[in-house]
Amino acid sequence: MKKSDVIMNSSSKEKQKGFLNYIEDTLPKIVVSPTFVVMIVFIYGFILWTAWISLTDSGIMPKYDLVGFVQYITLFTKEPRWWVAIQNLFIFGSLFVALCIILGLILAILLDQRIRAEGFLRTIYLYPMALSFIVTGAVWRWILNPDLGLERLVQQMGFTNFTFRWLVDPNMAIYTIVIAAVWQSTGFVLALFLAGLRGIDDSIIKAAQVDGASLPRIYWKIIIPSLRPVFLSSVIILSHIAIKSFDLVMVLTRGGPGYATDVPATFMYSFAFNRGRLAFGAASAMVMFMAVMAIIIPYLYSELRSTRNER
Amino acid sequence: MASLTITNVRKFFGSQEVLKGVSLSVKSGEFVVLVGPSGCGKSTLLNIIAGLETLDEGEIRIGNRVVNDVKPKDRDIAMVFQSYALYPNMNVRKNLAFGLENRGVPKDKIEETILRVAKMLQIDELLDRKPSQLSGGQRQRVAMGRALARDPEIFLFDEPLSNLDAKFRVEMRTEIKMLHQRIKTTVVYVTHDQIEAMTMADRIAVMKDGVIQQFDTPQQLYDNPANLFVAGFIGSPAMNFIPCRMVKDGKKIGVIFKTERKKSFFLPVRGNATAYEKWHDKEVILGIRPEQIAAGFHNQEKNPNMHQIETMVSVIEPTGPDTLVFVNINDTKITCRVNPDAARKPGEPMKLMIDMSKALFFDPETERRIDY
Amino acid sequence: MKDSKYLSAKTRVSRVSLGRILIYSALIMAAIYFLIPFFIMVITSIKTMNDIRTGHLIAWPREVTLEAWIKAWSTAAIGATGKGMRTYFWNSVQMVIPSVVISTIIGAINGYVFSKWRFKGSETFFSFLLLGCFIPFQVIILPMSQTLGLLGMAQSIQGLILVHIIYGIPFTTLFFRNFYVTIPDELIKAAKIDGAGFFRILWKIILPLSIPTFVVAIIWQTTQIWNDFLFGVCFSGGESQPVTVALNNLVNTSTGVKEYNVDMAAAIIAGLPTLLVYIVSGKYFLKGLTAGALKG
Repeated sequence: MKKSDVIMNSSSKEKQKGFLNYIEDTLPKIVVSPTFVVMIVFIYGFILWTAWISLTDSGIMPKYDLVGFVQYITLFTKEPRWWVAIQNLFIFGSLFVALCIILGLILAILLDQRIRAEGFLRTIYLYPMALSFIVTGAVWRWILNPDLGLERLVQQMGFTNFTFRWLVDPNMAIYTIVIAAVWQSTGFVLALFLAGLRGIDDSIIKAAQVDGASLPRIYWKIIIPSLRPVFLSSVIILSHIAIKSFDLVMVLTRGGPGYATDVPATFMYSFAFNRGRLAFGAASAMVMFMAVMAIIIPYLYSELRSTRNER
Repeated sequence: MASLTITNVRKFFGSQEVLKGVSLSVKSGEFVVLVGPSGCGKSTLLNIIAGLETLDEGEIRIGNRVVNDVKPKDRDIAMVFQSYALYPNMNVRKNLAFGLENRGVPKDKIEETILRVAKMLQIDELLDRKPSQLSGGQRQRVAMGRALARDPEIFLFDEPLSNLDAKFRVEMRTEIKMLHQRIKTTVVYVTHDQIEAMTMADRIAVMKDGVIQQFDTPQQLYDNPANLFVAGFIGSPAMNFIPCRMVKDGKKIGVIFKTERKKSFFLPVRGNATAYEKWHDKEVILGIRPEQIAAGFHNQEKNPNMHQIETMVSVIEPTGPDTLVFVNINDTKITCRVNPDAARKPGEPMKLMIDMSKALFFDPETERRIDY
Repeated sequence: MKDSKYLSAKTRVSRVSLGRILIYSALIMAAIYFLIPFFIMVITSIKTMNDIRTGHLIAWPREVTLEAWIKAWSTAAIGATGKGMRTYFWNSVQMVIPSVVISTIIGAINGYVFSKWRFKGSETFFSFLLLGCFIPFQVIILPMSQTLGLLGMAQSIQGLILVHIIYGIPFTTLFFRNFYVTIPDELIKAAKIDGAGFFRILWKIILPLSIPTFVVAIIWQTTQIWNDFLFGVCFSGGESQPVTVALNNLVNTSTGVKEYNVDMAAAIIAGLPTLLVYIVSGKYFLKGLTAGALKG
C-alpha cells in the first residue's frame, strides 16, 4: 500500500512536511526497533551461538570449528549422569505437576464453597509463590535435615524409631525436591483453578441441579470437565517450571548426594561452568531448549489461532 | 462547510474487495446517510473519508482539496463514534478542549468555544464530570460537543445512536436533526437502521456488498427503488414481493394472483400496457408495500388502479394504530396494513384492495426494476 | 463473579453441617501446612545453636536471642568475606530497581505499539517475542557470559541489570499489550482525529489508564528479579552477588560449623522484601500471576 507519489509541489516546505509525516508514520517501528535488535541478538542470536558451540569441541574457551554431533552422541551414549538427570526430571516433573494440580484443584474447590475469610486463606496459600526458590529450598533443607529436622521432631513426639534421611539418600533425595516444589507452587495452581471455577456459568449448574444431579456428580461431570483449559495451562506452565528448575535443586541438594538429584539444568551448569566443557554444556542446553519448544510451540500456536478466530 | 466528493473508491482487505468502486457527491451543508446491512462497507467508507483507513484506488475530495494522503487531523473533519470514545481520564471540559489544544488554539478562545458548545448542547452543568459519571445520552452529547468545538468542514457520525435504548434514540434523532438545521453543516452519517436514515437524511446512499445500490432522497427511495434490495430495505414493515406471471387479458397486460381456496385474480398494470410487452408470459416479481393494500370496498371509478382480491387471513398482529394482516398470495406470505376495524379474524375470508398504481415490477434474475 | 453457591441447597438448613466442618478442617490443615515452614524459619532464627541441637523443629525457644540475626546481617561468612548478608542485600536492591523500572517502561511502550499501532509484520514480531518468554535460560547463559566479558561487565551488578532488562522485556511487553488490547480502538481514532500523534496519545490518554497495570507489572518484575538465582550465579561474582546467591552460599558452605539459626535468619532476610510486597499488594500480585498464565 504505497502512498501515491503524486506530490506536484517541490517547494521545500512541502518536502519538509512530507519528511515529518514520514517520520511520524514510521515512529511505531522506530520505537520498537531497539527491542527488535535485542530480540534478534540476545534471544535468537544467542540460541544460534549456543547451537553452534554445541557442534564444536569447545572446552573452557569457545572454539568455532564445527565437529558435528559429537557432543550429543557423547551426551546420550557415554554420559550416565545425563540419563540420571533426565530420569530425575521425569520423576520430579510428573510428581510435581500431578501433585500441584490435584492439591490445587481440591483446595480451589473447597475455597469456592463460600468460605468465610476466603481472602485471608488464599493469601496464606499463595505466599510461598512470593519467595525465591532459594529461600524455599533453604527452609526445607533445614526441615528435612537428617539429624535435627523432621526425623528428630517425630522421634521426640514418641515415634523413636522414625527415620527420615531422604535428603541424603540417593534414592529418595529427588522426592525432597518434589515436596519443596509442591509446597511452593500449589498456590499458583490454586489461584488458576479458583479463577476458572468463578468463571463457570451459574445457569449450567442450576440446570443440573434441577435435573436431579448430586453435588459430587455435578463436580465430576460438569465442573471439572469445563476446567479443561485451566488444566492445560497449569500443566504447560508447571512443566515449564519443572524443566527450568535449577534454583531449588542447587540449594536443596546441590544435585547430590553425588549426582543423584541432578537435573538437566544443574547438569548443564556443572559441565559448562565448573568443569570447563562449554560444548558439552551447550549441547545439554540445546536439548533442554528443544524439549521446551516441543511443548510450548504447539500450545502457543493453538492459543494464538483460537484467539484469532474469536476476533 | 465544504462539499465532499468520493470518486471510484476501491478498498481491499487482503484479497477481499470491501468497496467496489464507490462514487458519491455530497453537497455543502447536506445531511447524507450511508445505510446498509452489516458488512456492506459503510463504516469502511466512513473511515476512509476520515483518513483512518487508506484507500487502494480512487479519490476523496473535501471542497476542492484532494485529501487521499492527508492525515485525519489535517482534513478538518470531526467524528462521533458509536461508543462515543470519550477520554476516560479527562473530565468533560478537557475532553472538549483536547482537539483544540492539539491545534495550538489560545486558551481563552478554547474556553469561549467550550462554553458556547456546552450551552448549545445543554451540557454546561456537566463540564467538571468525568465520562464515567455521565449517562449514555449525556456522553453522546459530549461526543457531539467535542466534534462541534472543532468547527470542522465535515461531520462524520458512525452509528452514534446504536448504544442508546429505543426511546432515547428517537429523542436524540430529533435533536441531531435540529442541530443540523441550525448549523447547516455537511454531515455523513452511518447507520444500519433504515428508519434513522429515512427520518434524518437529505439524501440516503443505500449500500450492499461494497456497492452503492441507490443514492436518492428518502421519498424517492421509498417510491422509486432501483432494485429489489433497496425496495426491501427501506420501509417497515418491508415491501411484499409476490412472484407472478405476466399475462395478457385481451388488450390489457397484468398479473395473476392465486389466493386460498384456488381463487384466481387478474390484476392489470397501470397506465400504458406496451411498456411491459416484452415481459408477456414471463415470471416477474411484483412489489407492493403493506400500506398500499387496503381493506374494504372502494369505488372503482375513483381510482381505476385499485383492484379487489379475496383471500383468507392467516395471522393478525394489532399494533394499535393499524393491524397487520398476514395472508397468502401465490404461495407467498404477504403483509397488509389495514385499519383495525376492517381486519378479519384468522381463518376468515377477507377482501383486499391492491393499489396497482403503486405496484413495482422487478426482474427475478437481475433483481432490478423493470420500469425504473 | 461472586462466590459459588452449589452447596446452598443442602446446607441452608443447618449452617454447621458435617460437610462444612470437614471443609473448614481441610482448609485449616492446608493453611497450617503452608504456614509451618515459615513458622519454623522464624523460630529457628531466634534460637541458640544449643537449643537447636537439643530441641526439635517446632519447639518453642528456651531463650530468645537475636544473635543469629546480627550475625546473618553483618558478620556471617559468605563466600570469601565475613560481611554477612548486608552487602548482598544492597546488591539486590541496586540490581532490582533499575531493571524493574527500565524493563517496565520499555514493555509499556512496546505493548502500546503492538496493540494500537500495528504494522506489517508486527504480529509476527510479537509472536517471536512471546516465544522469548518461554525459552529455558540455559540456552543463552553461555553466550551472555561471553558477551558480558567482552563488554567488561562480567561479574558486575551492571551486567546483571542489563541481563534482567533484556530478558524482562518479553514478559512486560506481553503484559502491557494484553492490557492495551482491551482499550477500544475508537479511543485512539478519536484522538487521531483530534490531532494527537503517537506520543501525545501515549502520554495523555494511554498512560493515565495504565496505572493498575503498571503496578502489577512492577510487582511481578520486582518479585521475579529479586528472586532470580540463575543469572545471579552465572553473571556475578564475589562482591557483586545478589542476595539469593549469597543465601545459597551460606546454606551450602562445607566449611565450619553449621549454624542453622543464622541460615534461617539469612533466609528471612532474603525473602522478606518480596514477601512484604506480596502482602501489601495482595490482589495485584494475583493479577500478575494469572495474567501471564491465562491469556496467550
